[in-house]
Amino acid sequence: MEKAIICKDLTKQFGDFAAVNKISFDVNAGEIFGFLGANGAGKTTAMRMLCGLSYPTSGEATVAGFNVYKQQDHIKRNIGYMSQKFSLYESLTVQENIRFFGGIYGLSDKALKDKSNSLIERLGLQAEAKKRVSELPLGWKQKLAFSVAIIHQPKIVFLDEPTGGVDPITRRQFWDLIYEAADDGITIFVTTHYMDEAEYCNRISIMVDGRVEALDTPTNLKHQYKVETMDEVFYQLARAAKRSGE
Amino acid sequence: MRTLRFLLVKEFKQIFRDKGILPIIFIMPMIQLLIMPLAANFDVKNINIAIVDHDHSSYTQKLVTKIASSGYFHIAGNNRSYDEAMRLIEREKADIILEIPVNFERNLIREGSQKVYLAADAINGTKSGLGASYLTSILADFNNQVRMEWLQGQPANIQSINVEVSNWFNTYMDYHKFMVPAILALLVTLVGGFISALNIVREKEIGTIEQINVTPIKKWEFILGKMIPFWLIGVFDFTLGLIIARFVYGIVPAGSLAVLYLFVSVYLVALLGFGLLISTYSDNQLQAMFVAFFFIMIFTLMSGLFTPVENMPQWAKVISNLTPVTHFVQVMRMIVLKGSGFADIKWQLLIEIGFAVVLNGWAVWNYKKTN
Repeated sequence: MEKAIICKDLTKQFGDFAAVNKISFDVNAGEIFGFLGANGAGKTTAMRMLCGLSYPTSGEATVAGFNVYKQQDHIKRNIGYMSQKFSLYESLTVQENIRFFGGIYGLSDKALKDKSNSLIERLGLQAEAKKRVSELPLGWKQKLAFSVAIIHQPKIVFLDEPTGGVDPITRRQFWDLIYEAADDGITIFVTTHYMDEAEYCNRISIMVDGRVEALDTPTNLKHQYKVETMDEVFYQLARAAKRSGE
Repeated sequence: MRTLRFLLVKEFKQIFRDKGILPIIFIMPMIQLLIMPLAANFDVKNINIAIVDHDHSSYTQKLVTKIASSGYFHIAGNNRSYDEAMRLIEREKADIILEIPVNFERNLIREGSQKVYLAADAINGTKSGLGASYLTSILADFNNQVRMEWLQGQPANIQSINVEVSNWFNTYMDYHKFMVPAILALLVTLVGGFISALNIVREKEIGTIEQINVTPIKKWEFILGKMIPFWLIGVFDFTLGLIIARFVYGIVPAGSLAVLYLFVSVYLVALLGFGLLISTYSDNQLQAMFVAFFFIMIFTLMSGLFTPVENMPQWAKVISNLTPVTHFVQVMRMIVLKGSGFADIKWQLLIEIGFAVVLNGWAVWNYKKTN
């Protein structure tokens, strides 16, 4: 099977502190890969290395077939990224944000127009298209940010707690968008603290204290830890953690 | 290039939608240009003088009239005693005391000379120092007048050297003419320096820089996308300032506008590179603000704007020449007041080009998309 991400002994060291400690895993092309872990387990740091925002201290990784040390520009052309912090431009309108990010990914004027129309329509934002993003409620902002992150049809999209602070209905709608993107062939790499969302993933990994402690399908994991829910799997693993908090 | 277009559209929209930044860019500098030259006036007028006249003669009357009509002095009081005059100084009502002794007229006529006593409040050194020297020259003049009256009919005996001073480029020693071009330089520096220093760091604070860093955008494209809007704002402010200088202060640049604009263009690139450099080193706007303030303060005070660089000790002259502002202030005065041409300012221009290359290269280098 084709691999979207290959990670081998990937490490990020801050002084004496190994934020990410020799993690190894593969992500298959087209799958929805859940990247779980308590606060401070090292998820965001690992993700930033894979996105080419941060140099690994040691280990190997390829993203979309490109090396994370040397080919960051190639990686960046082939991935989308949505950070924990909302990061569209608040003083620009919905339409202007779409045009801007589409534009810097090199979309043609025609593609920009088509994309922005279809995107606004799919999100049901027709009435808000000319409003500034700062006026939108959080749930809508997050859906917009996700759509903008995949506007250039990347091979992989990285989502860092995309549904934090969002209401349950919007979370469901958000996951509908994720499924749609996956159907279009985009590999999804997502972190979350919601265990119901973990169930939506094809496979999940759970990080504890900078290491990947478990990696399998949700069903197999529950089976392996002999419990009924993902919640319990998470508790069993995360309880052993020595780090706490961010 | 297409990427740059998208970046520029975005920057301009952000600037024009920011209600806080617009007045800083467009209105504040104009108000400052209207107010600051009035304050930065080193002409000393209205020196308060207390006169203690023990003689009450026609000569002392003449002397007092001469002092009062010089235009520099304001008679704060005619006091009966030195102590009384001293109390005026203590209450900040007077800056200088002139004590004329008894028998001033008689001694002057009989013996041909008479001393007067002059006391200056040295707390405000400039005012009293200049006041004392003005007063001395008035006394010398008075002295000559008196001698002329006695020596009427014997002009051959007068031996004196007359020094005629003519002031070039600023004939009437008008302080506005000297200060306005320099203050305009300062305002362009303040606006350009601060908005560029605060900009990238602002994107760091709100988190949008991450979204930019994860795109395949080139570093130079990003920096240029920041630079061009501020450069245009800088040139716009400068033009507005020239218009104010023309219509409010009647100052028309004596030299070529083309050379002036050429220099300003290069200077702005250097200055904005400096601001962006601060931005790339700072984590938040507060930090960037303080660092920018620190440097711009030093640059300004060392630039020769208020005090001549020639008066500084050698080491300070070296520092002064290592700041881009110094050369800008110098060239502003050269072109606007003296009408210097391209050949006269080519060294300063080369220095600014050097600053522009180093500062911008440094900023691009220090802006890291991957940490």
